[in-house]
Amino acid sequence: MPLLKNNQFVNDEWTRVADADALPEGAKIIVNSARLIQDWDLLAKYTGLLGVSIANNERAEILTPYLSQLSLIVLNFPAYTDGRAYSQAKDLRLDGYRGELRAEGNLLLDQFQFMHQVGFDSFAVNERFALQQWQAASKQMSLAYQRGLFRISGEREVWSQRHQGFAPWEEQPHAG
Amino acid sequence: MYRYDEFDHQFVSERTAQFRDQANRRMSGELTEDEFRPLRLMNGLYLQLHAYMLRVAIPYGTLSGKQMRQLAYIADKYDRGYGHFTTRQNIQYNWIKLEETADILQALADVEMHAIQTSGNCIRNVTTDHWAGAAADELLDPRPIGELIRQWSSLHPEFSFLPRKFKFAITGAPHDRAAVKVHDIGLRAHKNDKGETGWEVMVGGGQGRTPMIAVTVREFLPEKEVIPYMEAIMRVYNLFGRRDNKYKARIKILMHELGAEKFKAEVEAEYARHPVQTTEVEQRELTRIEKYFAQPSFEKMSRFAPHFENAKRENVDFTRWAKNNLATHQVDGYTIVNISLKPEGGIPGDASGEQMRVMATLAERYSFDEMRVSHAQNIVLPHVKLEDTFAIWQVLKANDLAAANYGLIGDIIACPGLDYCALATARSIPIAQAISRKFADVKKQEEYGPVKLNISGCINACGHHHVGHIGILGLDKKGEEFYQITLGGSSSENASIGTILGPGFAAHEVPDAIETILNTYVKLREPGEEFLGAYRRLGPKPFKEALYATA
Ligand code: HEM
Ligand code: SF4
Repeated sequence: MPLLKNNQFVNDEWTRVADADALPEGAKIIVNSARLIQDWDLLAKYTGLLGVSIANNERAEILTPYLSQLSLIVLNFPAYTDGRAYSQAKDLRLDGYRGELRAEGNLLLDQFQFMHQVGFDSFAVNERFALQQWQAASKQMSLAYQRGLFRISGEREVWSQRHQGFAPWEEQPHAG
Repeated sequence: MYRYDEFDHQFVSERTAQFRDQANRRMSGELTEDEFRPLRLMNGLYLQLHAYMLRVAIPYGTLSGKQMRQLAYIADKYDRGYGHFTTRQNIQYNWIKLEETADILQALADVEMHAIQTSGNCIRNVTTDHWAGAAADELLDPRPIGELIRQWSSLHPEFSFLPRKFKFAITGAPHDRAAVKVHDIGLRAHKNDKGETGWEVMVGGGQGRTPMIAVTVREFLPEKEVIPYMEAIMRVYNLFGRRDNKYKARIKILMHELGAEKFKAEVEAEYARHPVQTTEVEQRELTRIEKYFAQPSFEKMSRFAPHFENAKRENVDFTRWAKNNLATHQVDGYTIVNISLKPEGGIPGDASGEQMRVMATLAERYSFDEMRVSHAQNIVLPHVKLEDTFAIWQVLKANDLAAANYGLIGDIIACPGLDYCALATARSIPIAQAISRKFADVKKQEEYGPVKLNISGCINACGHHHVGHIGILGLDKKGEEFYQITLGGSSSENASIGTILGPGFAAHEVPDAIETILNTYVKLREPGEEFLGAYRRLGPKPFKEALYATA
């Protein structure tokens, strides 16, 4: 499954570690939220980078105490019509999380820009669509009425443009 | 009226281009129908029994003459010469071709209109009081905040895949004509003793198969907090609303299952967790929008209108129409004209292209180029000189638009039902037509006084049957249509859900049943007592007895 980041396909360097498995030394690992919380004493001292994946019916707040030590959070769209992860993403970004925020699941072109706008910056996509299609999909609309969105270059915030002199709301850089 | 600036124009034209691409991808087979569905729904395109149906947004129901003419053009060119005005202050076209949809959207964009978010599980077209800016009892015009919410909710990245659709209704008057308590979120304006505006926030009302009256979560939300507070409510709903069963997915069910207190606590916690830095831009935007809704330049006139009085003396039909279809305006010498789209035996809410053009001309000439679509499926000319009403009436009469039944039993709300709708269990239009014919005599209608009769063709309640003083719900029993009657519903500030009277009726029995109900009311009413008041005093019993004794 290709990983899309900054509108390019990249190698996925992260490994999922199942609940019972031992932690590989100095790697980039993804555990689920239950293990993160349960094994925190151990994980806090982990030698590599730590990522977590949460289901879309978990509250983003459960990650609050750990945010500064997480380098990746994976959120899930079990169906493209199930929009809970948009709010989880927004919540995490508002909570100050600056690491990589990955979307996985049933990702389609037409929701791609929305995902960017709420703060996702990496995407585990399926093989069905070509890279150019994703690139085009990331900039279908050049403006948005809402403030406080994450924007890729060139996208404008209507209200802030109309009322120049005000900094856009909580503009935040992507983790990259 | 609100006018698009360069940003709004660009937004809608980009969106139109995007939809053209999506429709092309569907027609080439690149998108499956399953994948295309949510995309077309986000643009108001439904697949119905016979054809595609396109629902066009008329934000807060306000239209200019030019816009109405364009709707007429679309009706003539792309539909069968008519359109259907709906209870959500929108218009629907029932005979649309997929290949032509993008052209229609372009024609709409040309007059600052669109079909964005008129369906799908997103925030839908915002509705308000159809007399906004004109009604004598109004505290303030609800449309500026409506426009602010329209913009904020347009392609909102976080709230475009909600558990279910989401509807806002807003009123700026104490007398609620926007049914705010049966919407997902209802807002009602209040002023505090410092003269500041605040909004009462009501959440979790709705109709459909589980009708509920909304709960007030904030009595007085300062105006500058409206957008961030709405974000908090929406976020709680998006995260916790049920997605396992689409019949339990509306916010009213979340409210009901959590309980009002727990729901409020969730919203307040979310709101407190991420306090916004400032809403200065939102406030400036609201101020910018308010300028578009400044009162038109009314002339100073006396309350006494001699031509109007003369015309009334000379023409009984005009007198009757004036009595029923005009409403008190804020400004002396002006009135609100309610054009009933309910001619005897007609299809409620339907207007032909020609009729739309006639109304457009009247609005341009007599009503500061403004019209409204009301949730009762009528058209309003909001700012008319009393002295001009006779001339207007003559034009209306010549075009089958002068039904004098506004607010009476003939002013029926009905959904499309089985004649068009894929979800219907029974027809609703023919029932409306039969009742309309039965009570064709307006004199008789006047005897019954104000009555709201609402008809839905299935449990989804698009025809507002739960909140009709008399509600009719069409059902299917082993292949036979039958109709359940409810009494005592209301969508006003004293909102209530109607009570089912008893076993349903066959289609041909319905008009007589309605007459029995109305005659029972006439027999038992106290002097001056309206139907709803009498029902609330008497309860269902005498009506039940009258109905089922004769049956
Ligand atoms: C013809 C195609 C239509 C379809 C397929 C359709 C579908 C639905 C469905 C499924 C519901 C129930 C939603 C729920 O309970 O969650 C509903 C409710 C509603 N619809 Fe429609 N509808 C149609 C036409 C209309 C029309 C023509 C109007 C306006 C006259 C309308 C206005 C409403 C309103 C006011 C409600 C009830 C309020 C609510 O609970 O949202 N619909 N519709
Ligand atoms: S109430 Fe039922 S029949 Fe009528 S329009 Fe709605 S879904 Fe269709």
